[in-house]
Amino acid sequence: MSMIIGTTIPGAATVILDDFLWRAALAGIALALAAGPLGCFVVWRRMAYFGDATAHAAILGVALSLGFSISIFVGVLLASLAMAFMILSFSGRMFTVDTMLGVAAHGALALGLVVVTFIPGVRVDLTAYLFGDILAVGYIDLLIIGVGSASILVVLRLRWERLLLLTLNADLAAARGIDIRRENMILTVMLAVLVAVAIKIVGALLITAMLIIPAAAARPVSQTPEWMAGAAVAVGIMAVVTGLSASFQWDTPTGPSIVVAASVLFALASLFAMVRPKRPR
Amino acid sequence: MSLIRTQGVGVCVGARRILRDVDLSVRRREIVTVVGPNGSGKTTLLKVLIGAQAPSEGVVVREAGIKIGYVPQRLAIDQAMPLTVARWLGLSGTTAKESHLQIAEQVGISVLLKQQMTSLSGGEFQRALLAQALLVRPDLLVLDEPTQGLDQPAVASFYRLIEDVRTDLDCAVLMVSHDLHVVMRSSDHVICLNGHVCCQGTPTLVSAAPEYQALFGFGAEGALALYRHEHDHRHDHSRGGDSDTG
Repeated sequence: MSMIIGTTIPGAATVILDDFLWRAALAGIALALAAGPLGCFVVWRRMAYFGDATAHAAILGVALSLGFSISIFVGVLLASLAMAFMILSFSGRMFTVDTMLGVAAHGALALGLVVVTFIPGVRVDLTAYLFGDILAVGYIDLLIIGVGSASILVVLRLRWERLLLLTLNADLAAARGIDIRRENMILTVMLAVLVAVAIKIVGALLITAMLIIPAAAARPVSQTPEWMAGAAVAVGIMAVVTGLSASFQWDTPTGPSIVVAASVLFALASLFAMVRPKRPR
Repeated sequence: MSLIRTQGVGVCVGARRILRDVDLSVRRREIVTVVGPNGSGKTTLLKVLIGAQAPSEGVVVREAGIKIGYVPQRLAIDQAMPLTVARWLGLSGTTAKESHLQIAEQVGISVLLKQQMTSLSGGEFQRALLAQALLVRPDLLVLDEPTQGLDQPAVASFYRLIEDVRTDLDCAVLMVSHDLHVVMRSSDHVICLNGHVCCQGTPTLVSAAPEYQALFGFGAEGALALYRHEHDHRHDHSRGGDSDTG
């Protein structure tokens, strides 16, 4: 982010940030920076459905924010957090996790869509929250996205080894004195923050795509977890840039265009893995 | 002074009682082995000891600040996670390359450091797990059926390695094992578990105990015979014959 601002002459930064396209690109890149490594954990821990559920709860969050006239970011964050902790505490009791998630995710999404019709005043267009509206990112949005992504990156950096060990084997982590409940909680909060940050950019229905696709595309070209996280960031940024350009060029919806770009990169990486000669041991 | 000790430890899962009244203690430099039939609560006991599971009753007292190296019974690494052996060793928290090389040499995986963990054979994988546990520089090494899936020569060399490690690191070893004959040869203390501690003591004492013989029958007699036979000499010429890499 600073690189782009840094390479412009001083004073010109404001002019450049005036351009909605630049704000969109910066917002997308900030999201990719956090979604890359966090998405790796979602892939490693098979939490794709978990991401979906928290993201779908975001729509309920949007509805409630509009109803109570609070910040969308705060409303979405609260709804995602509530959903995440509900799943954490209820799963495994009577139904399996995927059933619980199926109920909770779609229940929250549907409830959000229903609740929003009761909000008086202007008719709300939810499309922006379902599919994102990256071109409408304002200065405040950009600030929130930047701070949110930066916080996720800092926390991930600090707890990286612990989270990796925990992901590999919880007992092993416990033997090392790692507080498993606490680390799980931290990961959950980070996911909720990412959802809150990303809803403006790609929308509730495509947030999981931004978590999973770059990480999955990074897998075939990676030897270590850190490589994979880095490669996922690179794929995410490439997807944002190409998606934005394509959307500008052909007037396609931006959020979906970014996800399509990411999917193409995933296909290319998988193809590369297939044709690459296997090195003998 | 024991490194770790339990008093009246019991574990209930739902209405089912898995462990009750477990009293044990592990002292430094001691090799303690837990034997018992399937479902006797061996793995649960280890999980309580390492702090992965809270006991429903009783207490676990660990000496302040002890480090535990743990080798779980099963560790499934998801194909989605790329992980070289070298990076796996790094997860021990010890980042010094020399220590990595030294331990890798000791357990015999130094040629595998660039390999993916998921590409290792059963024997290599167990060794990689042990190597990470050793890099923690543990005061207490806890091993849950560390030789499962290994062939006979590999099992023998694994236990020799454990004895060497005990001397090198000056640590205690607590393990669950089904290799009765080897257990009887290389342990200082044997705990016979079946939901509760049936009997415990030196290998000779436990082998002779009626509770032990009731659980393991003729196999137990055989183990004792082997123990007596192998205890007074060592087949040093077989040391280099590690053939578990197949």
